[in-house]
Amino acid sequence: MLYVAPGRRDSIVTVQPRYENFIGGKWLAPVEGRFRVNLTPATARPICEVADSTPADIELALDAAHAAKDEWGETSPAQRAKVLNAVADAIEAHAEMLAVTESWENGKPVRETLAADIPLAADHFRYFAAAIRAEETTITEIDKDLVAYHFREPLGVVGQIIPFNFPLLMAAWKLAPALAAGNCSVLKPASPTPWSILKLAEVIGDLLPPGVLNIVNGAGGEIGKALAANPRIAKVAFTGETVTGRLIMQYAAQNLIPVTLELGGKSPNIFFSDVMADDDDFLDKAVEGLVLYAFNKGEVCTCPSRALIQEDIYEKFMPLALARIAKIKQGNPLDTETMIGPQVSAQQLEKVSSYVEIGRAEGAEVLIGGRRAEIGGEFAGGYYYQPTVLKGHNKMRVFQEEIFGPVLAVTTFGDEAEAIEIANDTLYGLGAGVWTRDGGRAFRVGRAIKAGRVWTNCYHQYPAGAAFGGYKISGIGRETHKMMLEHYSQTKNLLVSYGTKPLGFF
Amino acid sequence: MPERDQAPARDPARAGKPGKAPTRDPGGKPARISATPAAREAIRRLRAARGEDLMFVQSAGCCAGSVPMCFPAGEFITGDADTLLGMVEGCPFYIDARICQSWDHPHLVLDIAPGNPEGFSLGPGGGLHFVTRMFRL
Repeated sequence: MLYVAPGRRDSIVTVQPRYENFIGGKWLAPVEGRFRVNLTPATARPICEVADSTPADIELALDAAHAAKDEWGETSPAQRAKVLNAVADAIEAHAEMLAVTESWENGKPVRETLAADIPLAADHFRYFAAAIRAEETTITEIDKDLVAYHFREPLGVVGQIIPFNFPLLMAAWKLAPALAAGNCSVLKPASPTPWSILKLAEVIGDLLPPGVLNIVNGAGGEIGKALAANPRIAKVAFTGETVTGRLIMQYAAQNLIPVTLELGGKSPNIFFSDVMADDDDFLDKAVEGLVLYAFNKGEVCTCPSRALIQEDIYEKFMPLALARIAKIKQGNPLDTETMIGPQVSAQQLEKVSSYVEIGRAEGAEVLIGGRRAEIGGEFAGGYYYQPTVLKGHNKMRVFQEEIFGPVLAVTTFGDEAEAIEIANDTLYGLGAGVWTRDGGRAFRVGRAIKAGRVWTNCYHQYPAGAAFGGYKISGIGRETHKMMLEHYSQTKNLLVSYGTKPLGFF
Repeated sequence: MPERDQAPARDPARAGKPGKAPTRDPGGKPARISATPAAREAIRRLRAARGEDLMFVQSAGCCAGSVPMCFPAGEFITGDADTLLGMVEGCPFYIDARICQSWDHPHLVLDIAPGNPEGFSLGPGGGLHFVTRMFRL
């Protein structure tokens, strides 16, 4: 099926020429009146204009959030859960529209947004609606007359800065726990993808009390600090790269507020010999597991971008994977047959191309791909790159640096110990994959890898209820699990004495 | 051909503090930065427009990674774990020492390319952003 591009006649997505910020439940023009053009990476042509905000707009959003925070924070968990469930229902009711919007702005194939991004976004709101209803705090009986009551209280107003790779899903990951815990949010979308979240605001804006959700678009260099360093936020959450992560921590240190960070990765995907012990569904699943590096055109922090294959199966396993990669259909992201779309921006395309050149220069062998993809026609100007595999060794830059594109670095290992050594020889520790029919080995290797999530005989699943976050320089905090509620709450302890006798000190 | 600044790298973040300027990374190899004439011109323009000194920090990982981030001088607090690659047009250029090592002590060339800056980085304007390339003779 082929969806009509947003804004064209018969499209299920309407497009206004220009989008303002969403602040206090209303659409507000940026104070200085500046807008900038927002492109689709599929054709490099404009979709619409979005606000090009300044710090004054961040202050307006913070005003609105602060005006809303007391009432929202005192709303009962049942009522907040009802609102979050209504948000989930609205996302589901508009799933196709949101999926097409997300695909057109980001470039990701609509088969992914229909099956993953949008249903998952709805489910994360439902998960946190359930979690906050079921939340119980503790009472400690210190002694017969002295009782410690623990209450969870919202932080107030939080700043949230989200990335371009899953604009709606990452917004859901951050908003659902923050709102469930009773906070109000000022959210800054990534500069390359400012629009889909505004389409979401059209759908869910009326369901939330004004000021609970505020969205301000603009360049990070202009408004990023105004939000992250603002003394009026009680917490900051960020997904992105390491330098901005450090800068945000530095601002948070100056205001003494907590921070959660989800940063980069260079995730190993390990295939042990026994995956080829039989020619069955499991082998087929493992082959697909390797090809998942091309999911979302490789623009995933947990992209399984290093494949480690046991030496004795490499010659048989790799051709199966390369045959599967050769069948990847690249093209219009709005065609449900398309498996890989364009990179999100010209910058990303440039970065991917230059990394493949670095790989060639340092002696990596190009097994497939290695060039810009020529799609032609309407998509001739799109930012397409061929799914690529480079063979080399783990000390090469293409094995150490996050490319954030459809580029797999593949190497071999001799035994389990070497697999673990190579897997951990990285600065990052976000994700990993282990493929084996041996349960004992899967457990041992999974525990030995220093990463926050080890997919075992699967990859790229992101269910609510499974904690997600990084070891090493990959970040701080765990999302997509009810433990995130702790990151968005204060603990209030009431220490109550029911006794009547004085202490006797004075 | 990229030009290299003449002055020996003296880490401005350590001015007045004891200890030697880190002109070498922990691996002991000389680490270097140079810049294209276009990047130099962009820095001069940006500095004049903002009326303040600038600094660069090489980023890595995730969405906006692998690009140099440009900030007002002193905005990004550097520490012992950062390596000063050198100076460009009077602006210090830093890289995380671990990343420097994992990239095998690169010689980077600062340049500009189409596309807006990402993260919290300043850009030269005109829809351009700073990039680093590997030095090749």
